[in-house]
Amino acid sequence: MKAIVNVFLKNGVLDSQGKAVLHALSGHGFESVRDVRVGKQIIIEMDESDSAAAKEKVAHMCEELLANTVIEDYNIEIIS
Amino acid sequence: MSAKIKVGIVQFPGTNCEYDTQHAFDSLGCETVILWHKENTIPDGTDLVVVAGGFSYGDYLRSGAIAKMSPIMKALKHYANDGGKVLGICNGFQVLTEIGLLPGALKRNEGLHFISRHHHLKVISYDNTFLRLCEANEVVNIPIAHHDGNYYIDAQGLKELYTNHQVLLQYTDENGNIDNPNGSIDSIAGICNVAKNVFGLMPHPERAMESLLGSSDGRRMLEGFLSA
Repeated sequence: MKAIVNVFLKNGVLDSQGKAVLHALSGHGFESVRDVRVGKQIIIEMDESDSAAAKEKVAHMCEELLANTVIEDYNIEIIS
Repeated sequence: MSAKIKVGIVQFPGTNCEYDTQHAFDSLGCETVILWHKENTIPDGTDLVVVAGGFSYGDYLRSGAIAKMSPIMKALKHYANDGGKVLGICNGFQVLTEIGLLPGALKRNEGLHFISRHHHLKVISYDNTFLRLCEANEVVNIPIAHHDGNYYIDAQGLKELYTNHQVLLQYTDENGNIDNPNGSIDSIAGICNVAKNVFGLMPHPERAMESLLGSSDGRRMLEGFLSA
């Protein structure tokens, strides 16, 4: 089973990297770009057969290590 | 003089300021020991634990994130919760926020650059062990060297920091006017916990021990730990 975790800065926490990419894109003529956010994706292979149990474990991993919940939000997708 | 102050300096893979820190405390007459991160205990009689600067685990995932999973961190938490004094410098500050010994978090510098230069800092709260030898609004000159020094805390947390005298230092110019190098909220460079036994700052006082090397202002800060 595979878990895909996306970690992003929370809304309201300034994403400097996103802003820099936004300015670069605008400067290159991509004028329709309104906002950019930069996050990270963590792909985890697991020996689990139950997707609910896997998701619960990955949520635990996020809280303990993968995300800093003071500044970051995360979402989890389980692919069997 | 009473017995020597015992200072333990935590070393992770990727830490690179542990020997500078050791040299600084040695020069103040302390007894120092490097504590490898796989150790499970803080030695008995330790007066101060310093989590030194550097790039623990290559800053992978987030600065300080993987370090918090090391065996010594459990011992450090107990030590701090029992009132033991802890100082986190640079990456050490990041580690202390990651394990929750200090509030808030350190984000990527607003300008996205790694910044390495001397910077002036204004002393805000000095009713604590670390800055007790400083004066209110005193401006010190201390090197900074970081990529992720952009301090963040939510509005409520920020209010509490001021109420409880937890804001230690702000980035300023030499006259004490705000000069924010990295986007930190309220230009904050260092804080402590409510109990005032855990201290964290991005600047490096251990690199400001000799006027020959640009500044000796760090000496007075570290001396605060000597006879408290």
